[in-house]
Amino acid sequence: MKRKADIIELIAFALIKVFSFTIIFFLIFMLGYIIKSGFSALSVDFFTKMPENQMRGGGIMPAIVGTFFLMLGSAIVSIPIGIITAVYLNEYAKNPRVVKIIRLGINNLAGVPSVVFGLFGLSLFVIFLDFGTSILAGSLTLGVLSLPIIIRSTEEALLTVPPTYREASLSLGATRWQTIYRIVLPNALPGILTGVMLSLGRSAGETAPIMFTAAAFFAPDLPKSVYSEVMSLPYHIYVLATAGLHIQETRHLQYGTAIVLILLVLLLNTTGLILRYRLRRKF
Amino acid sequence: MKTHKSIVYDYFIEKFFFFVGLSCLLVLFLIMLFLFKEGLPIFAKVSFTDFFFGMEWYPTSENQRFGVFPLIIASVSVTLIASFIAVPLSIAIAVYMAELASPTVREIIKPVVEIIASIPSVVIGFFGMVVVAPVLQRWFDLDTGLNLFNAALMLGFMAIPTIASISEDAISSVPVSLKEASYALGGNRFQTIFFVTIPAALSGIWTAIILGVSRVIGETMVVLMVAGGAAMIPTSIFSPVRPLTSNIAAEMAETPVGSSHYHALFAIGILLFCITFVFNLIADYLSNKYKFKHN
Repeated sequence: MKRKADIIELIAFALIKVFSFTIIFFLIFMLGYIIKSGFSALSVDFFTKMPENQMRGGGIMPAIVGTFFLMLGSAIVSIPIGIITAVYLNEYAKNPRVVKIIRLGINNLAGVPSVVFGLFGLSLFVIFLDFGTSILAGSLTLGVLSLPIIIRSTEEALLTVPPTYREASLSLGATRWQTIYRIVLPNALPGILTGVMLSLGRSAGETAPIMFTAAAFFAPDLPKSVYSEVMSLPYHIYVLATAGLHIQETRHLQYGTAIVLILLVLLLNTTGLILRYRLRRKF
Repeated sequence: MKTHKSIVYDYFIEKFFFFVGLSCLLVLFLIMLFLFKEGLPIFAKVSFTDFFFGMEWYPTSENQRFGVFPLIIASVSVTLIASFIAVPLSIAIAVYMAELASPTVREIIKPVVEIIASIPSVVIGFFGMVVVAPVLQRWFDLDTGLNLFNAALMLGFMAIPTIASISEDAISSVPVSLKEASYALGGNRFQTIFFVTIPAALSGIWTAIILGVSRVIGETMVVLMVAGGAAMIPTSIFSPVRPLTSNIAAEMAETPVGSSHYHALFAIGILLFCITFVFNLIADYLSNKYKFKHN
């Protein structure tokens, strides 16, 4: 009896390990394959030149610039609102029902499909507010999409600050705002930055929300104002890989753009995760 | 110093923060408002039954047809197959992280799972298109590698981080006393994990699965690039399909604003919003109801 149970245990644990390492292997294979295939496309010109020859050559500079503007725009929208919401929920809110309803809203917002955010941005920002297909409309759409990420990370960071810090500050006669501003926020800063990094990574990588709100297949000039359409890295990959007559010819550019996007997103995310790790060790 | 001024200041900051804190609810409300505003007019032209159970989606032909049933079936079948792939793998990796792996291995696997979560969906779609599709086509001798199975495979991979990390939290939060009781009764590690720990964490694992499935239903770029795009009921696991999300993404750019086609695409958006909304409510309910009290 005992022996049979041990054999089952052996088999089950082996399976669990095989499954787990299959996933890791698949990730490494995917990233490795993309990097290997696109490495030859990377050059200084690739980062600094406009696309040439009907997108068949040249670089992806306008897509990099466009993604940068969209990230910046969405950060301007989501960071203040996100941090304030998290501070309210954690430091001020007294009524548990209000907190519960706001949390429910945040969770549901996080679950809204990205293409639905695209529809929302199209109908509200592009058409109703008449911003047109623009950096402004795309940034607002990406901004509301990344709100839940900032709120959750900030809340997590605020929770790691020990209550004794707050009590000490309050007992010295500080108001709640003074306590939050001088004690809680500085101590939670690394965790808040984690949220900022993760949400920037999300904004950089999302395609569906900007397809009808900001992205252009090709823009001959760099954006002049917030009302300009822009090229962006994820949309560039999508368009080159699926549309037009030169799908095979531009394959190396597709891989190259994918590498740039992956590196950008991984850089932002790993920075965020390292900051979170250090905050956890601090307390 | 607690001066009169700083107390008044404090009061106004609290009120201000409260109103900003409501902005998520406002956004959610605006999303609903605008989806319904732009989506409902289609039902003046097409009946509810014709829309949801109609078999033909010909939005641009002379004789327009707006039947989304094949798209619903496509979404459902892609989601089901993706779940069959993702759920066992995710639970395995969750058990491995929570119960079996040494601290060093855990420190490696956890970031790997977070990296998978951060890879942009367009990259995964691209990989499915240029690498997985030709392989499937060759192995199974298919007309096209862009099909239901390929999409499900890619989506299953994408759902793993969501399901695995929430399941891992649930498994880790099972009280040690329960496991100790199992060991004391002579259970080995496998028996403890599968007959004590996992059942005890089941509500958390269900929450994880529901959130993962909800993500799969709403994922757009992967199915847009990989699923093949045919608006027909799939006849096999290798049929090209056109799920709801990819249909919106593929057609919205060429649709005149205010046309029936435009309203129909927003009506699909309403459907997607409602499905994921319900899934999220269920997940929320489960995770609140059966949460273990940490002590």
